[in-house]
Amino acid sequence: MALFDLRLQDVHNKLNNKELSVSELVSASYARIAETEPAIQAFITLNEENARLQASELDKQLQEGGERGLLFGLPAGVKDNIVTEGLLTTCASQFLSNHNPIYDATVVRKLKAAQSVTIGKLNMDEFAMGGSNENSSYFPTRNPWNTEYVPGGSSGGSAASVAAGQVYFSLGSDTGGSIRQPAAYCGIVGLKPTYGLVSRFGLVAFASSLDQIGPLTKNVEDSAYVLQAIAGYDASDSTSANVEIPDYTSALTGDVKGLRIGVPKEYLGAGIDPRVKEAVLQALAVYESLGATWEEVSLPHTEYAIATYYLLASSEASSNLARFDGVRYGVRAENPENLIDLYKKSRSEGFGAEVKRRIMLGTYALSSGYYDAYYLKAQKVRTLIKQDFDNVFNQYDLIVGPTAPTPAFRIGEQVGDPLTMYLNDICTIPVSLAGVPAISVPCGTADGLPIGLQIIGKAFDESTVLRAAHAFEQHTEHHKQRPQL
Amino acid sequence: MSEPNKYETVVGLEVHVELHTNSKIFCGCSTAFGAPPNTHTCPVCLGHPGVLPVLNRQAVEYAMKAAMALNCQIADISKFDRKNYFYPDSPKAYQISQFDQPIGEHGWIEIEVNGETKRIGITRLHLEEDAGKLTHVDGGYASLVDFNRVGTPLIEIVSEPDIRTPEEAKAYLEKIKAIMQYCDVSDVKMEEGSLRCDANISLRPYGQKEFGTRAELKNMNSFRGVQRGLEYEQFRQAEILDGGGVVIQETRRFDDAVGKSFSMRGKEEAHDYRYFPDPDLVSLHISEEWKQSIRATIPELPDARKARYTVDYSLPSYDAEVITSSKKLADFFEESLSYTKDAKSVSNWIMGDLLGYLNANNQEISDVKITGQGLGEMIGLLEKGTINGKIAKTVFKTMLETGKLPQQIVEEQGLVQISDEGAVLQIVDQIIEANPQSVEDYRAGKDKAIGFLVGQIMKASKGKANPALANKLLIERLK
Amino acid sequence: MSITPKDVEHVARLARLELSDAEKDQFTEQLNAILKYAEKLNGLDTENVEPTSHVLPIKNVMRADEKRPSLPIEKVLLNAPDEEDGQFKVPAVLE
Repeated sequence: MALFDLRLQDVHNKLNNKELSVSELVSASYARIAETEPAIQAFITLNEENARLQASELDKQLQEGGERGLLFGLPAGVKDNIVTEGLLTTCASQFLSNHNPIYDATVVRKLKAAQSVTIGKLNMDEFAMGGSNENSSYFPTRNPWNTEYVPGGSSGGSAASVAAGQVYFSLGSDTGGSIRQPAAYCGIVGLKPTYGLVSRFGLVAFASSLDQIGPLTKNVEDSAYVLQAIAGYDASDSTSANVEIPDYTSALTGDVKGLRIGVPKEYLGAGIDPRVKEAVLQALAVYESLGATWEEVSLPHTEYAIATYYLLASSEASSNLARFDGVRYGVRAENPENLIDLYKKSRSEGFGAEVKRRIMLGTYALSSGYYDAYYLKAQKVRTLIKQDFDNVFNQYDLIVGPTAPTPAFRIGEQVGDPLTMYLNDICTIPVSLAGVPAISVPCGTADGLPIGLQIIGKAFDESTVLRAAHAFEQHTEHHKQRPQL
Repeated sequence: MSEPNKYETVVGLEVHVELHTNSKIFCGCSTAFGAPPNTHTCPVCLGHPGVLPVLNRQAVEYAMKAAMALNCQIADISKFDRKNYFYPDSPKAYQISQFDQPIGEHGWIEIEVNGETKRIGITRLHLEEDAGKLTHVDGGYASLVDFNRVGTPLIEIVSEPDIRTPEEAKAYLEKIKAIMQYCDVSDVKMEEGSLRCDANISLRPYGQKEFGTRAELKNMNSFRGVQRGLEYEQFRQAEILDGGGVVIQETRRFDDAVGKSFSMRGKEEAHDYRYFPDPDLVSLHISEEWKQSIRATIPELPDARKARYTVDYSLPSYDAEVITSSKKLADFFEESLSYTKDAKSVSNWIMGDLLGYLNANNQEISDVKITGQGLGEMIGLLEKGTINGKIAKTVFKTMLETGKLPQQIVEEQGLVQISDEGAVLQIVDQIIEANPQSVEDYRAGKDKAIGFLVGQIMKASKGKANPALANKLLIERLK
Repeated sequence: MSITPKDVEHVARLARLELSDAEKDQFTEQLNAILKYAEKLNGLDTENVEPTSHVLPIKNVMRADEKRPSLPIEKVLLNAPDEEDGQFKVPAVLE
């Protein structure tokens, strides 16, 4: 069994028994990267020198004994829109190709406190806008299961690096499905927490009212551990929820007896690949066999979710990305004629097509005369979508469906057709709009490409989501499959 | 030249007041004025990627307090919006401000101009963040940006178009300044930019209901500048209208040195601020309880003090207005009254010698060392006859400069009035002997000569002779 | 509602983006397609629906008025494309 396929507890046991050192873990990570990176291209920046230094310090601590962090010694990858002090943070954009952050994101501080080792910064769609990693301005990351295929996005590098065994776990960010969809495409576990559970301070904002950071791992138990390390109230984030954080791993009892599951008919209707539907139905059968019940339910406003999402997210993005003006940081265009020229050239040269498209859409939707028709209307529809979830959760503990309508698609297949690309997010976007937690776990394959099962819970009820995901994992073998690289 | 009375002037003012919190509105950086450039900055106020704002409670409470003092209704639910525009002094390329749910609305204040009281409506008061500062270099081809000021909490106070003359505008500003000072929410120093004012001004023929086309006037850096700017703009627009022209709606910059305003057209592209609720901040729910707790902190305001001074101390309305226009001055007045009962006399010293000195030196009461106790005790010494009016002037000047109490000054400088008959009589005799011509004039019926002789006695005594006693003894001697 | 190339130019100006002619055409077409798709929202009656800007019922989040240390100037200017005398330098703001 490969080193990074071990359960977290087993890794820590080996460290305790001196069968393994942190330096060996970190070396294994860089060795695997050296071996697989030419095919996968998951990393924008590696942190090798610092990581090895940190590893030897942790090994010293291991010798001396004493209190250890929850994620002690684990090689981690961090999506490149999460700010790391002194470590290049580009958001996969040319505009920030030289950006050397002057502070750490709250989650990065938490990782440091938990004593994981940051291996490097992971590729993504530029500013998290996209679902295939083809919008990275550097290079597209490839799916470890088939390098002709996309890894999904926007946290494509985060998913691919875990699936390829380059790191033990990674952090991604999810605005409309950007953790769950690549996790599904790459056959790993991806969790989007409840909006407000994990601090956004230091996450370069795409759509502030939707963005959440979450873990990508090989199994549900690790997901619970990483969540434990990064969740919690942060006074630096006004939208951070001041809630008590439960012990997530203790929720992993394997028992789902009596759980009531709602299955939205909208998530298994037209546009869903029949193989995906079949895999989901089989998963539901597993739950039934374990004593849970499921029924078809309706989230009637699902068909409005994508339009709502693109209006809201693009509007917020158009404002969030305005600070990239070439005055204080970033790449400034050469020889501007005047100030306005400096702005226009720096931004036009620094941003890729999808980013410009969304800035244009958002600027238009907020501009005078259109605000009510687009932005305000979308905010109202968001209320209806949230109510759909509230209604179902009045009667059910969980909502289960596919993570994405299809397995991964070929690189280049959907480029130039933004609307079709947006439709891939039909099962994840409504969840983001409602702000509730959801996890994607492997539930099968089609033509050698993984399929993801999405388990959605009530706000701040990550424990039930993790418990159900874990129980499924305990009784199936899907998560044990590995890509052949 | 236009006839001055042909048009009615309509003015609305937008006043920005910096709140004197310790830290900025959305981060912990200091708001202190005058630090080296960019040394009061952090990732948050520099608008670095990934940062988030957290609202300063004190800024909210100062804004509530100011709004209450301006008789505004306080919102039950308020929120923050983003005002989107690109400018190098705005690090996020949006300003966090308030669009449709400001902290306060529907307020008013009263001003007094030429003895008449007038009410000016306040449309709204909202809370927002200040921008950075630009300076021009390289012969005007480049600008340098200092972000120290960015994020200083500001309130914007928007008046109704109720102001009719430049004098009213000045009186309105002075009243706003006084109220902010009384509430202790701002330093309100126009020269440091903690109070700033833009004006919308239009003209219309008397009797016309509709407003004329307005110009927005910026860059007026003093109260006097506001008045002068509006006077110039009044004149400029009247000339245009007289010539059959139309006033263009535009922003104009007032140049105080030249005394003229200049169009800022071409500088700005069409503005569309694309306001929307800031998703990084949550709404403010202002409970009755919270409002009450803030209301309880509002001190007696200038109008109430003025009324009290005219009733309790019988001060003339004008004197009471002047003294209460500055809280420190009014506090000084009241402190003096702990040491003397003669309010009228205290008021006279303030209106005359004190303000004369301050105005001549362009200073405020806080810049000089005199205390209310000093003035009160000095008036006591005058009443007792320990000093005379002439000595008092010397004592007062010494108090301004040293802050010493009058008794000490009198002792140190030997300024006690000479009220001993024998001592004064000695000087009287000397003067009579030395001025035979004046003595003759007096005896010939020229009463004026007595004044000259008393003056000589005072001079000879270095101002210390009791002038009433000297007068009495002189007349007796010359009988 | 349909977007014209002129609208696209206006929006690009607001967003401080410089678009090539090809981009202008492409964005006109794509934004029209996206907004046409968004028109389906008009089919929903939202007359009595409150807008959601936050999914969580959080309100009155404030901090105490306490000063925190600011950054050393080297960090402030670390990423500055151009600087002079401890300040960020830009081409003149036209007046």
